[in-house]
Amino acid sequence: MNAFFFARSQMAMSLAFHIIFAALGIGMPLLMAIAEGMYLRTGQPVYLDLSKRWSRGTAILFAVGAVSGTVLSFELGLLWPGFMEKAGAIIGMPFSLEGFAFFTEAIFIGVYLYGWNRLSPFLHWLSGLVVAVSGVFSGIFVVTANAWMNSPAGFNIVDGRITDIDPIAAMLNQASFHEVLHMTLAAFVATGFAVAAVHAFFLLRNPNSLFHRNALGIALTVACLSIPLQILSGDYSARVVGRLQPAKLAAMEAHYRTQTGAPLLIGGIPNDETRTTGYAISIPRGLSLLLYDNPNARVVGLDEFPQNNWPNVWIVHWSFDLMVASGMAMLALAVWSGWLWRRRRPVTGHPRLLRALVAAGPLGFLAIEAGWVVTEVGRQPWIIYGLMRTEDAVTPMPWILAPFVAFTVLYIFLAFIVFFLLRRQFLEAPGPGSEPSPN
Amino acid sequence: MLELIVAICILLSLILYALMGGADFGGGMWDLLAVGSRAARQRKAIAEAIGPIWEANHVWLILVVVLLFTGFPSAFAGMMTALNIPLTTMLIGIVLRGSAFIFRRHDSPSETAQHRWSMVFGIASFFTPFFQGMILGALTTGQIRIVNGQVVTGFLAGWLTLFALACGVFAQGLFAFLAATYLTLDTQNEPDLQNDFRLRALCSGLSLAPIAGVVFLASKQGAPEMYHGLTHWWAPLLLAWTSLMSIVALVALWRRWFALARFAAIGQVTLILVGWCLAQYPNLLTPDVTVNNAHAPEATLRLLVLALGTGAIVLLPSLAFLFHIFKGRESR
Repeated sequence: MNAFFFARSQMAMSLAFHIIFAALGIGMPLLMAIAEGMYLRTGQPVYLDLSKRWSRGTAILFAVGAVSGTVLSFELGLLWPGFMEKAGAIIGMPFSLEGFAFFTEAIFIGVYLYGWNRLSPFLHWLSGLVVAVSGVFSGIFVVTANAWMNSPAGFNIVDGRITDIDPIAAMLNQASFHEVLHMTLAAFVATGFAVAAVHAFFLLRNPNSLFHRNALGIALTVACLSIPLQILSGDYSARVVGRLQPAKLAAMEAHYRTQTGAPLLIGGIPNDETRTTGYAISIPRGLSLLLYDNPNARVVGLDEFPQNNWPNVWIVHWSFDLMVASGMAMLALAVWSGWLWRRRRPVTGHPRLLRALVAAGPLGFLAIEAGWVVTEVGRQPWIIYGLMRTEDAVTPMPWILAPFVAFTVLYIFLAFIVFFLLRRQFLEAPGPGSEPSPN
Repeated sequence: MLELIVAICILLSLILYALMGGADFGGGMWDLLAVGSRAARQRKAIAEAIGPIWEANHVWLILVVVLLFTGFPSAFAGMMTALNIPLTTMLIGIVLRGSAFIFRRHDSPSETAQHRWSMVFGIASFFTPFFQGMILGALTTGQIRIVNGQVVTGFLAGWLTLFALACGVFAQGLFAFLAATYLTLDTQNEPDLQNDFRLRALCSGLSLAPIAGVVFLASKQGAPEMYHGLTHWWAPLLLAWTSLMSIVALVALWRRWFALARFAAIGQVTLILVGWCLAQYPNLLTPDVTVNNAHAPEATLRLLVLALGTGAIVLLPSLAFLFHIFKGRESR
């Protein structure tokens, strides 16, 4: 247990906490804008009530996301000064652009949350739309910076010194497109399913609440439209990772030995000593087929890399499987909902579907957390893939245990409070069968 | 040249953070210090004044950080290493302040719940600016040394000096003064509250003079390079303007010319930060890290300036729109 361990733990904990609020900060404005747009089109007060209630929850989530994001921007330097010193000039650009996008988001969320009576309905809706769009952009910019750590580009190294910096090329590195696509869709999937779960829960109690039926309708539509796209983007991401970071892909699949016609291993116990994965469900030639559309394709295993350059196979493999399993479960729910909808059966009045949706509420966020573990732990031991080891970037500060404990306690406390305040918001929602008031 | 433009943009962001974010902290201080029969109404006025704008106000700090690590990566790495402890403490304050403010708004309206969050909000508003002033002060002490890119003076250098501590107190006083001055305009429809904040602005404004004196005296020993910087030909001019602004602010508050008072207070804070920067120019982290030896390569700086220009096109009208909606009526 040294400073390096605690620095990594603090970074992981801060990111794991922030990503939930960041994803909701991308997803919730879209839901609010849809609800308010429906109000503008139909004039039904229930939609106005819905967008107001969602916006109150979003105010809490956005504030916590903003402060935890501020912490992260400092932590880059507080924990990894060696990295920032080298990388700042190369990938500072997307962070600066993110600064502007986030600024726009923060300005218009203020306009949106406090401006109900100060703007025309259309202008108010438009400012909600600006929040949604700038939220997506700020996510895009930040993810390109992470993509650069996985697939560094836009510079040369001459005699150990970084030269010929091209920040645009760094931003548009080969990992950017698939990471950005996968994360943006993930935000919509996770928000959609989480919000759907909340309203499904209340619908099980008051099946006639128009408020919750409309809310579930919007959230579920966003979730069901984005999850199939997300599965496709996941397939594409795996192929790109296989090309750019074969060691990470091998760890994701617990694939130790290079072979043709590689099987797909699900679960199991990876063993670095014997270089085998025991007790896994094995689908013959599955991995070759998935990656290269060819059952006999050759897939590079971990044995092609020195063992000190391997990520932790156990963590990466299981996180990957957890993410994929969550995704598949959500896809199944989307197919079920879509089938009911096609058969013109009332989706929001189907108790078994509602119960399944409640159970699936956390899956989107579980998948996001697991997916980031795959990306970040899978990148280890590198902080800049193939160039700088994480241990070489850490701060010389010896007492990192203290801030790690402080921020962990602080964030657990915040999570607890946010949970209770949101619960309070939802319990204030209209009771059984009641029609909500326009205000 | 490019590095100078980026440095000026960092200074501008810092000034705007002090003027906007700083005033939010000041609001939190007055929230904690609210007493008497009008305490609840004072708190309400403060919450209404900062509610819609505080999220945006605090992005200026993020902008300072990203511009610093993009434009001057090694300066950023050095500062974050040497000042790890006060920076971490400041961050805890920022998290507590922001979340307590929003929690109070959305928690139950009961006395106990509101009181609990007010305490967290107020206390965090008090100690965060203290650490911010301390950190800025520490940069100029000259006690943080960097050799071959490594901080060699440990993690306690600079920020525990009398000069840095005095800067911390000065930042607190400045933000309290700014907030009270702004609040006189936010409470134009409630003369009794306006009087309360006028009195608070006058008191905090007057208290700034002795604190500024301590900072100046402490700088002779505590921040010698900056002290010598203040002997340049332009220094008396700047000092005169700053003093003039603070006197105008106080007189205007006394005579109830609140719009003028706000203008002068803004001018005062701006001139103080400009003076602080000019006095230590070209140092970023005195004495080893300067604008000239820590900047990113030209390709990065050129794009950064381009991004700043483009970003400003989006940002400035949006900000103007925000303040027009929520502050427009008061300022007329």
